[in-house]
Amino acid sequence: MEEAKTILSTKNLECYFGDFHAVKGISIEYKEKSINAIIGPSGCGKSTYLRSLNRIHEEIPGAYNKGEVNLLGKNIYEKDVDPVLIRRNIGMVFQKPNPFPSLSIFDNVVIGLKLQGVKNKALLQEKAEISLRKAALWDEVKDKLNKPGTSLSGGQQQRLCIARTIAVDPPVILMDEPTSALDPIATASIEELMLELKKEFCVIIVTHNMQQAARVADNTAFFVLGELIEQGASEQIFTNPKQKKTEDYITGRFG
Amino acid sequence: MMIETTNYYRWRKFKNRFFQFLLILSAIAVLTPIFLIVQYTFVKGASSLNFDFFTNLPKPVGESGGGMRHAIIGTLYLVAIGAAIAVPLGIMSGIYLAEFDKKSALSRILSFSIDLLTGVPSIIVGIFAYILLVVPLKSFNALAGGVALSIIILPIVTRSTEEILKLVPDHIREAGLALGLPRWKVIFMIIVPGSFKGIFTGVMLAISRAAGETAPLLFTAFGNMYMSYRIDQPMASLPVQIYNYAISPFEDWQRQAWGGAFVLIIIVLGINLTSRAIINRNEFVNFFIELNKKFKGKKVK
Amino acid sequence: MEQALNQKSVNNSPAPEGPDSLHLGIPFKLQDKINVWVLRTLAFAIITMLATLVVLLFKQSGEAVKEFGLWNFISTDNWNPVEDEFGGLSFLYGTAVSSILALAIAAPVSVAIALFLNEMLPAWLGKFLGLFVEMIAAIPSIVFGLWGIYYLAPFVKETLTPLLKSTLGFLPLFQGPSFGIGMLTASLILAIMIVPTITSICREVFKTIPGHQKEAALALGATRFEMIKLAILSPSFSGIMGGVVLGFGRALGETMAVAMVIGNSTSISSSLLAPASTMASVIANEYAEADSDLHVAALCLVGIFLFVITLIINFAARSIVWHFNRKHAR
Repeated sequence: MEEAKTILSTKNLECYFGDFHAVKGISIEYKEKSINAIIGPSGCGKSTYLRSLNRIHEEIPGAYNKGEVNLLGKNIYEKDVDPVLIRRNIGMVFQKPNPFPSLSIFDNVVIGLKLQGVKNKALLQEKAEISLRKAALWDEVKDKLNKPGTSLSGGQQQRLCIARTIAVDPPVILMDEPTSALDPIATASIEELMLELKKEFCVIIVTHNMQQAARVADNTAFFVLGELIEQGASEQIFTNPKQKKTEDYITGRFG
Repeated sequence: MMIETTNYYRWRKFKNRFFQFLLILSAIAVLTPIFLIVQYTFVKGASSLNFDFFTNLPKPVGESGGGMRHAIIGTLYLVAIGAAIAVPLGIMSGIYLAEFDKKSALSRILSFSIDLLTGVPSIIVGIFAYILLVVPLKSFNALAGGVALSIIILPIVTRSTEEILKLVPDHIREAGLALGLPRWKVIFMIIVPGSFKGIFTGVMLAISRAAGETAPLLFTAFGNMYMSYRIDQPMASLPVQIYNYAISPFEDWQRQAWGGAFVLIIIVLGINLTSRAIINRNEFVNFFIELNKKFKGKKVK
Repeated sequence: MEQALNQKSVNNSPAPEGPDSLHLGIPFKLQDKINVWVLRTLAFAIITMLATLVVLLFKQSGEAVKEFGLWNFISTDNWNPVEDEFGGLSFLYGTAVSSILALAIAAPVSVAIALFLNEMLPAWLGKFLGLFVEMIAAIPSIVFGLWGIYYLAPFVKETLTPLLKSTLGFLPLFQGPSFGIGMLTASLILAIMIVPTITSICREVFKTIPGHQKEAALALGATRFEMIKLAILSPSFSGIMGGVVLGFGRALGETMAVAMVIGNSTSISSSLLAPASTMASVIANEYAEADSDLHVAALCLVGIFLFVITLIINFAARSIVWHFNRKHAR
């Protein structure tokens, strides 16, 4: 069997908020077509790390990064690289579903493509249908594509945001606690969706819900206070952790 | 699909840069006139001031050494009348709107009336006061001017008092009632004193606004070239005196107009900024801390 | 608690002991009743006073209405105090043109500066410069007028007019000589004066946009400009409109600065460089010296038109902003 390609890797990635050193020197490799979870207690830098992968972290005044993030071999933190172009290739789904309120469902899905200059109506329709099908939302919205994006339920809105993200075919999708604002039924449907997405995309998900990581992720990394404690295949992490801290967290002794 | 730059991308980048340029341009377009106005007034005004300005009454054209003492005192007098009427009334109505009868017709009509008053152009306020007091007294008089200013002050004090009181959480009122006090005491002895800073600021802002108003006084207090303390006679005020001198053809009077404008701006902005500083003391201090950090940071580097 | 009080007042017994012994033995319930009724009376007095003032204003203009008729008054452009002939069209024209032109200049600039302060500056600097903008609102109108006469008018006459004539001189808008004072100068000053009103509403509205909404736009690969359009401007449209209409209302009622730089001509001209008058400025200029009763009545009638128009615009603005706030309750 062919060895899976590494799509994204971080090398000694550090994240700062002004003077505060939130994430300390993390190096992880992510393979294509996999789901990778990051778990750990609150405030341990998981989200900050994730947001540094698509250079959203630096949008906060005073925030900056050190180290390397290599997307298909190229370091996105190099001097002349424009974050706008990077973000086309690394999509992001947020904790609170956030379809654009002034756009219809259809416009929400294709906005990424429109920003890139795609004007061909037929192409947009096609891509919208494909993305909504992949996000398991097509049947529910196909008759109301020009209703506002915010007229859907929470779970549907999150799936809309996922459709919006995958419409531009990014090789990597980041998800920052995508189900923590949703009810259990919606959560389950999103998790099902993630397992489908992994067939095409490399998904990196931050979650404070260990069970979720155990359910969907191929690989899991465990952070505490900005440091990588342990990473590996989820099965190994959850049944046979190598580090004591990991074991303590998994068994609920702290966190 | 990877990291490539197309022509369309370059066009987007250009639009982005251009837009940010427009934003900065607008900021300059707005901040420049203020800076010019304040600087011009300060420079021309300060240089026009002398001892005579504050101590003398107007002198006939051609004679030097005229002043605006009567106008400064007149403004204090008129604002005092206006405040004496409108501040207690305004605080009371603010309390009424915030604490009582919230769904009643009376409360809603009052709120509507206050909103109406807020939007009335100041010249129309002058007409109101004219009809009310100048016509029956058959002459321009200071009382009419004071009443005109009170109409300006009232809605500001009412609204700000109401807003401040609405910020007080209900559990404080309940705590007061639980102490065995009648409702009116809870309001007047606990809630209102507790919000004193905010109410005071609202009053100060209203007063500074009234002190700067010209239009309502043009045909009520009208103006006077002599010192007058009488409430039934015309009275000078700083804004009206400035106006009369500014549109006159006499250079010495125009110079005094600038002096008056300088004094007026100092008074009005002074009260305005001070009352904001009182209520935003923390933000004020934080701002200077930030500023300090920036400068310290630069020095260290 | 309430029950205990009720029982006591039913017996009409003196107020309970405690910090209350200052009062004349009046039970709590009665004390509170007196209080409410005092406040209600004051409220009623204010409302009645306002109603009386409005009624008196209408009465005062009665003579002019009788003489000229309402419609005729507002559609005739003949204002002649000497011969007691009054038609207010030129003032309506002046108010409309100066306010609309001021709005056309101020609205985009206000939105731009609101975006600039909120999005392009660090928080502390945004607050600081924002204070400067708010201070414009505190500067008395007369100071604007003074600056207008001595600084802006010469600038318009010597710099701006030649510039406009050389580029757009073919338009009827820019015909005729400029003496510095006139419709254009008045509109410019009005524009500066209404910027703080529109800007502060826009800043409030922009602040309600949640951060992750803006990040979502950026995460899709939008440039800053695209993000602002998508995540800030589009959803805020009606809020911005409310601010703009409120600014318009302010421009309509502005008196002193306009009176000092608009030139006070009572005829209508198509050129922006010519002098003009507004409803507010003519009242400011003529009321104190109005000789005949008809003159005063005519001015009061102009005042009524100004009053009613401003009222309608202000309430329209408030309801737009109110609807916007309801839709986007935090």
